[in-house]
Amino acid sequence: MSAPFVEAVSVSKRFGGVQALTDVSVAFSPGEVHCIVGENGCGKSTLLKVISGAYRPTSGQVIVAGTAYDHLTPRQALSAGVEVIYQDFSLMPNLTAAENIALPGSVAGGRRLYSRTAARALAERAVVRLGVEIELDIPVGELTVAERQLTAIARALAHEAKFIAMDEPTTALTWKEVDALFAAVGRLKESGVALAFISHKMQEIFSIAERVTVLRNGGVVTSGRPDEFTHASLAETMTGRGSQSFDRVAPRNKGRAPALKVSGLGRDPLFADVDLEIGQGEIVGLAGLLGSGRTEIAEAICGVKPAQTGTIEVLGRPVEIKALADAVKAGIGYVPEDRLTQGLFLDQPIGDNIVATHLPSRRGFLSPQSIERRKARVVRDLRIKLGKLTDPVRSLSGGNAQRVLLGKWLLGEPKVLILNGPTVGVDVGSKFDILGVLNAQSLQGLGVLIISDDVPELISMCHRVLVVRSGRIVRELSGDQLREDTVVEAVTAS
Amino acid sequence: MRRLIANQELLLIGLMAVLLLAVSLKFPDFFGQQTLFNVLTASMVGMLFAVGVMLVVVSGGIDVSFLAVGILSAYATVKWASPDAGALSVFAISTAIGLGLGLINAAVVIIARTSVLIATLATSSIYLGAMFAFVGGEVISILPQSLQTLGSTHLITAKGAVRGTTSLNVLILVVIAVCILVWAFLRFTVAGRSVFAVGGDAEAASRAAISVPRIRMLVFAIAGAVAGLAGIISITLSGRADPTTFMGRELDTLAAVVLGGVAIAGGKGTVRGAVLGVLLISLVTASLVPLGIPTIWQRAAVGALLIGGILLQTTISRRQRIRPILDAPAPEVTNA
Repeated sequence: MSAPFVEAVSVSKRFGGVQALTDVSVAFSPGEVHCIVGENGCGKSTLLKVISGAYRPTSGQVIVAGTAYDHLTPRQALSAGVEVIYQDFSLMPNLTAAENIALPGSVAGGRRLYSRTAARALAERAVVRLGVEIELDIPVGELTVAERQLTAIARALAHEAKFIAMDEPTTALTWKEVDALFAAVGRLKESGVALAFISHKMQEIFSIAERVTVLRNGGVVTSGRPDEFTHASLAETMTGRGSQSFDRVAPRNKGRAPALKVSGLGRDPLFADVDLEIGQGEIVGLAGLLGSGRTEIAEAICGVKPAQTGTIEVLGRPVEIKALADAVKAGIGYVPEDRLTQGLFLDQPIGDNIVATHLPSRRGFLSPQSIERRKARVVRDLRIKLGKLTDPVRSLSGGNAQRVLLGKWLLGEPKVLILNGPTVGVDVGSKFDILGVLNAQSLQGLGVLIISDDVPELISMCHRVLVVRSGRIVRELSGDQLREDTVVEAVTAS
Repeated sequence: MRRLIANQELLLIGLMAVLLLAVSLKFPDFFGQQTLFNVLTASMVGMLFAVGVMLVVVSGGIDVSFLAVGILSAYATVKWASPDAGALSVFAISTAIGLGLGLINAAVVIIARTSVLIATLATSSIYLGAMFAFVGGEVISILPQSLQTLGSTHLITAKGAVRGTTSLNVLILVVIAVCILVWAFLRFTVAGRSVFAVGGDAEAASRAAISVPRIRMLVFAIAGAVAGLAGIISITLSGRADPTTFMGRELDTLAAVVLGGVAIAGGKGTVRGAVLGVLLISLVTASLVPLGIPTIWQRAAVGALLIGGILLQTTISRRQRIRPILDAPAPEVTNA
């Protein structure tokens, strides 16, 4: 093995009272894919930010290309060839994709002049190298989450990086795009780039990693080759507890009105003729590729972008949904896809976010005691790991932010809960917790609609899976048909 | 989106054409060189201020100190200049003072980590206070000889529409040069593109190795220098230095900038838009006179235009592309 290109040596990082990293040493060698895994809040993202120069470590050093830095600046890191793709992509929404891809290189290279055509050409080469298609000439803010993800990856590729770290790069990608990404990663590896890869998806870890390092509570637990682990042992090392699974209890919906019944829902040109029924206590999955219309259907049911035709019934009562507020009143909760930007007030306190939609009040006046009680209950029930209730949501890791969102909706005691990618970007342990909460809620009669890319998750959770293709529900799978191969086949068939 | 913004600029041009046509139909004399020169002359100072403000707004923040910077720089320069000082040095000193005041603005924003609006609100008051306390408050009606000469040096002089002559001051060339320089800065330099990046998402920009404080300093320095230049040009054109010239006129410039399609939230804007916004406002003012509408209505007209401009922006940003998903006719549903 060749000498490491990037190395963190005994790095520790404190934020106020929180010890995010404790004496972490990791090395990334050229031509190697090194997976960093661990639960939410274990310090993976913090580690990446130290390596990229975004955070200054409290103690320890970062060694890049043989030079040791006590305080690496982002510019030093970039010009040495260190590229980090963050979970939030860190793109400038007002600039075009081409510019987002090309600008950082020009800045880090200390260049003064900027040429639009050169930038365009550079971006095009990077996109071709990645093997995908992105519209390069429109502002990034108008791209979909997946396209933004790809833009961020293309940006890293554009700068002849010698080390590329990706923080959960596949969460917003379809299978096809993941394949393209992995192919690109393979090519990068062959050309001698050192790669760090953060992922929660076991399959991914085992398919691309040469080395796996497990972090827990800010420290390295173990490090080794992937063949030294099994799925179960890796999950156990990450969470520090044994593997778990839950029993699916068949819903008893005989004689009870369905929690949600949708007929003939349509909105031109997005989807049409959508009929679906979710019984009380039933968990239904909505599977489909990105861009199949699955998100649009969910957004229509919950009033974000209302449908033009069709009817919606909650517990047998027809409801008219023209806006999100109507849906909330009717007992439909919606946990959106992009948890970081939709549905949470990122700079507002965690506690206030929890009670934002359901403030207990008496004759129009807020009741502070019951507000505090509710906040505490949600934090306890959903095991949200936080510093203080008054910290902003932004300070939470991805999975914990998702739990805040979930808790916020459960407070309203909805009849139906629609979750769009509920465990996207969530680690194994939290994923289990979140699914467990949903399972427990469904046992109490809540109808749940889960929209997900994660087929194993849908299969383990759902009583039935509906498959969406080109804006229509084309198949319904249940019972014996609920197998990974049948679902994948149904989703990808054309 | 870019096409839509260009549309907003087209709309401004269209609005100006309609206005010009409407007034000209009633008063044929209105359509001519005199109106053109009047509007351009009235816009010269405003254009410079607008271009500076546009830069700051694009980088993320609303600057309200530009007029204070402009008048303090220019008034102090004229007050302390010897009667035989050269025009070039007077202009250079005023510009340099403006640059310095801009850097103070930047320092306040960066060190106090406050919004540009709050910071410049504070510095603006300080600059005006300092001017009256340390420089003076009386109107200076005798300018250095070189400025007087410059003020009456015209690029073009033509016969007036009704009587006399109409002329366009040579300083318009300076204004045009500054506009082109700022446009080129934004378009062709990495620092210029970084201004957009910082205005779009400062956090993301800093992760892309852009030094956000450095870009802010640069932006405020340019904006300050341009304001200092605008101030001295204003004094040169009017032939007197009145420290109260611009008082309370901040909104006219901000309105022009917003009308020109500069996003008040930052990250979006063009020199062309800002210039068009100023021209439109000047044309509105110039049109009110022949129409017999008292000029006191000019401010109301600017306000109405501003609301129009903001409505335009919100409708543009609300309009999003919808990609059709439905294509094939309904396939058969296979049930379990």
